Amino acid sequence: MKILVPVKRVVDYNVKVRVKADASGVDIANVKMSMNPFDEIAVEEAVRLKEAGVATEVIAVSCGVAQCQETLRTAMAIGADRGILVQTDEELQPLAVAKLLKSLVEKEGPQLVILGKQAIDDDANQTGQMLAALLNLPQATFASKVAIADGKATVTREIDGGLETLSMSLPAIVTTDLRLNEPRYATLPNIMKAKKKPLETVTPADLGVDVAPRLKTLKVEEPPKRSAGVKVADVAELVAKLKNEAKVI
Amino acid sequence: MSILVIAEHDNASIKAGTLNTLAAAQAIGGDIDLLVVGSGCAAAAEAGAKLAGVSKVRVADAAHYADGGAENVAALVVANAAGYTHILAPASTSGKNVMPRVAAQLDVAQISEIVAVVSADTFRRPIYAGNAIATVQSADPVKVITVRTTGFDAVSETGGSGSVEALDAAADTGLTKLVNRDLTKSERPELGAAGVIVSGGRGLGSGENYHSLLEPLADKLNAALGASRAAVDAGYVPNDYQVGQTGKIVAPQLYVAIGISGAIQHLAGMKDSKVIVAINKDEEAPIFQVADYGLVADLFEAVPALTAALG
Repeated sequence: MKILVPVKRVVDYNVKVRVKADASGVDIANVKMSMNPFDEIAVEEAVRLKEAGVATEVIAVSCGVAQCQETLRTAMAIGADRGILVQTDEELQPLAVAKLLKSLVEKEGPQLVILGKQAIDDDANQTGQMLAALLNLPQATFASKVAIADGKATVTREIDGGLETLSMSLPAIVTTDLRLNEPRYATLPNIMKAKKKPLETVTPADLGVDVAPRLKTLKVEEPPKRSAGVKVADVAELVAKLKNEAKVI
Repeated sequence: MSILVIAEHDNASIKAGTLNTLAAAQAIGGDIDLLVVGSGCAAAAEAGAKLAGVSKVRVADAAHYADGGAENVAALVVANAAGYTHILAPASTSGKNVMPRVAAQLDVAQISEIVAVVSADTFRRPIYAGNAIATVQSADPVKVITVRTTGFDAVSETGGSGSVEALDAAADTGLTKLVNRDLTKSERPELGAAGVIVSGGRGLGSGENYHSLLEPLADKLNAALGASRAAVDAGYVPNDYQVGQTGKIVAPQLYVAIGISGAIQHLAGMKDSKVIVAINKDEEAPIFQVADYGLVADLFEAVPALTAALG
C-alpha cells in the first residue's frame, strides 16, 4: 500500500518572526525555513509503517514555491521514496491545498494520507479534515498512535480531557499530534541518497485546481505587548501582592 | 445576519466554551441559533435554550451522534446550513475536528481561532503561535469559524428563552467507529475554564515532584493543573495538561508558572492570563518578561512555603 505525506515549508520553529513595518505580513526574507514539525512526524510515521512492512511506498508532496524541493528532499532523507512538488508562487490557503491533494490522491491511490495537524505559520489546522471531506473519507485527527491491520486503521487521538481510539476502513486520512513519534535525524548518507530520488513537478493548472485565495489578509500586526512586572523578594511578599494589589486570591 | 453556533455539550449540560462562542456570535450580530447534536441530549438542549442570546435551539438526537464523530456531525451541519451567513464552533479539539470538514463540504474557507470580530466578514486571528495577529476578510457566502474562547467573555447561562426545535438526523455515514474513550477523571476545574491554573515545567525534575509539590498548592487555590511541553515530553504528566501553541490556550485570572522557562510556544498559550506569577531559580528565564510577579527562588523551597502561606 502507498502512503501519501504532504509536507509544508515554513519558517523554522526556532525563528522569532517579525511583523513587517507596513503591516503586510511577517518578514520571511533571509529567514531559516524548515519542514513543518508536525509534517516531520507524519513522514516519520509513514516511513516506520514502510519499515514494518505495512506500506510499500511513501510519497511526499509539497505545494508552494520552487524551494519546497528542499523540504521534499528532507522528507526523502527521512525515508520517503519519491516526491511531488505542486509548484506555484501564489499564496495557498488550506482549502486550495486540500483540493490539490485530492487530485493527487485520486491519481496515486494511496490507502493512507498522513498530514501534520497544523502548520506553525498560519496555525490553521484544517487541511487534513478538508481533504477527508472532499474525498468523503474517514478522518482521525490529532493522532498519538496509529496501527494498520486487515484493511483498517486503529488510531488513538488526543482530545480535550484525554484520549479516544477510533477504528476506520482504509483509505483514511490521519493528522499527527506531537506524541505520535520522535522523528529521526536524517543521516548524511541518507541526505546524499535523497538527492537521487525521483522528484516530479506539476502545477495547479496541470491538476485542474483553482487555488485562488478565499481569505484576504488586510493586515498583520504585533500582538499587544505584555510588559514585565516586578520581582518579589520572597513568598511572603508574593502572597501580599496577590492579595492586596492583584486581588486574585 | 443569521448565525448557527454548534454547541459543545455532554448531553446533560452545555460546556463553557459554547458561552464564549455565543459571545463571538453576538459580536457579529444577528439571529443566533444553537445546534445541539448528540444522543439523549434533551437536557443539554433545554440548557441551551436558557443561554443569553439564543433565539432557537435546533436538536438532532440520534444514536450515531453519541460519539460526536466529525463525519456525522459535519454531514448534519452541512444538511442544515442553508440560510446561515455564519457557522461558529469553539476552537476545542472537537470544533477543530468538525469545522474544516464542514467548510470543505460547503466549498468555503474556514477561519481558525478568531480572537476578535471586526465586522461581519472581517476577523482577527493569531498566527505564528500568537507572535502576530492577522486581520482577515472573507468573501465567501458562509463564514465557517472556530472561536478561541479566551478572546471573548462568556455570555450568561441564564436569561435566554429560546425555542427548541427537533431536527431530522442525517444518515449515519458509518465512516468511523469509536473503540474506546479514556478521559482523565479529575475533581479539579477544567484547564480551559479554570479561574486559577498552577502549571509546572521541566524545573520540577520528575513526575513525582510535579504531583507532590503542585497538587497541594492547586488544592489551596482551587486551581486546574497545567504543564509546559517540556514537562509533557519528559513524561511528568499526560499531554492534555499541556499549555501552549500545541496544547491548550488558556487565560485564567491567575496563572502560576513553576519551573517553566517560558519558551515562545508556552507563552503563546498563557500570555493572555490576567495575572501571571513565575517562580524560577534562573533569573534570566524568559517567563519573567511576561510575569506580573516574579520570584527568583528554588521552587523546592518556595512552592511548599507558598502552599503553607495560603493557609
